[in-house]
Amino acid sequence: MMKRSTVAIFIVMFVFWVLLSACINPLKGHYDLIRIVVGMICAAIATSVSRDLLITGKEDMTLRKTLRLLLYIPWELWQIVLANFDVAYRVLHPKMPIDPRIIEFDTTLRSDFALTTLANSITLTPGTITIDVEPERGRFLVHAIASKAADALLVDQTMQKKVAHVYMEERGGE
Amino acid sequence: MFEMVDVFLAVGVSIGFTILLCLYRAVRGPGVFNQVAAVNVIGTKVIVLLVAIGYIFERPMFVDIALLYAGLNFVGTLVMAKYLERGEICSA
Amino acid sequence: MLGIGVTDIISIIFMAGGIFFMVTGAVGLLRFPDFYTRLHATGKCDTLGEVLVITGCMIFQGWSFVSVKLFFLMFFIFMANPVGTHAIMKAAYYTGLKPWKKGEERR
Repeated sequence: MMKRSTVAIFIVMFVFWVLLSACINPLKGHYDLIRIVVGMICAAIATSVSRDLLITGKEDMTLRKTLRLLLYIPWELWQIVLANFDVAYRVLHPKMPIDPRIIEFDTTLRSDFALTTLANSITLTPGTITIDVEPERGRFLVHAIASKAADALLVDQTMQKKVAHVYMEERGGE
Repeated sequence: MFEMVDVFLAVGVSIGFTILLCLYRAVRGPGVFNQVAAVNVIGTKVIVLLVAIGYIFERPMFVDIALLYAGLNFVGTLVMAKYLERGEICSA
Repeated sequence: MLGIGVTDIISIIFMAGGIFFMVTGAVGLLRFPDFYTRLHATGKCDTLGEVLVITGCMIFQGWSFVSVKLFFLMFFIFMANPVGTHAIMKAAYYTGLKPWKKGEERR
């Protein structure tokens, strides 16, 4: 009757409620019954409303993808910190060395989560911001602030390869 | 010598000064897009200011208010962007 | 002697770094010559500055329910700010705002 993924989403929402409202306190051992009941009702409503958005029916090997995503996040955080110093340098320099341009490239990613992760990563690492994404061909339209940042995306393609490795879409989705 | 309350006061004053800097762009910016971007920046600064004020007055309730305001600011910016792109909010 | 410990010094360092990035983001909003480049300055420096300040507050607090709420707030800002920046940049691009090339005048 109820699928496994729906129960998983309900448990995640209920744990979120418990963490926000502190109704179960493991150290002192007392719990608040009214808030637990209200929390279960609210988690059920939130699950039924957002179930169609989160479960697309094309999920497989989710556990491995989640583990690879957890390994990808520290690398990305280090890139963000490193390259934010670059933007601070460009802002505070008296001559302001910028040379903006708009570039366009194709990738091999096709699913929603993969495109969103790559678009967010491009927007967070300084030098580039995503303007538009086309899901059919994986085409990204990107505004770059200097030629060094644009080359890192066009020529090296480090970030696309890492995201494709996380979501296992390495050789094209067609 | 000095306590942690002084640190949070310094943080609050710096954020207030930054908000004043952004107000110039919100008033002057040629065109409506610069003004929307400046208002979005002021909104995200207010979130951090609320957390700092919560530490100054020693009331942990301000973090919940900051969480709510973060959601409101995000939805407001998205609705403004959709209206500026299409000319309408809901196509019903 | 001073009344503050090692944890407090680490959180002060994080908060100072965060404030530096936030002020840089606001200065970039004033200095850059075009709308698209201004979004570069705020969408990135702002987000990182806020993440650093809230991490400093989390380290100061220790393990309690308040720091879990602060972690959720930091995660939400980390995800939501780039999405808002991208939405408004896409709206400006498809309404016809022209980007700035090197050598033109300020707008």
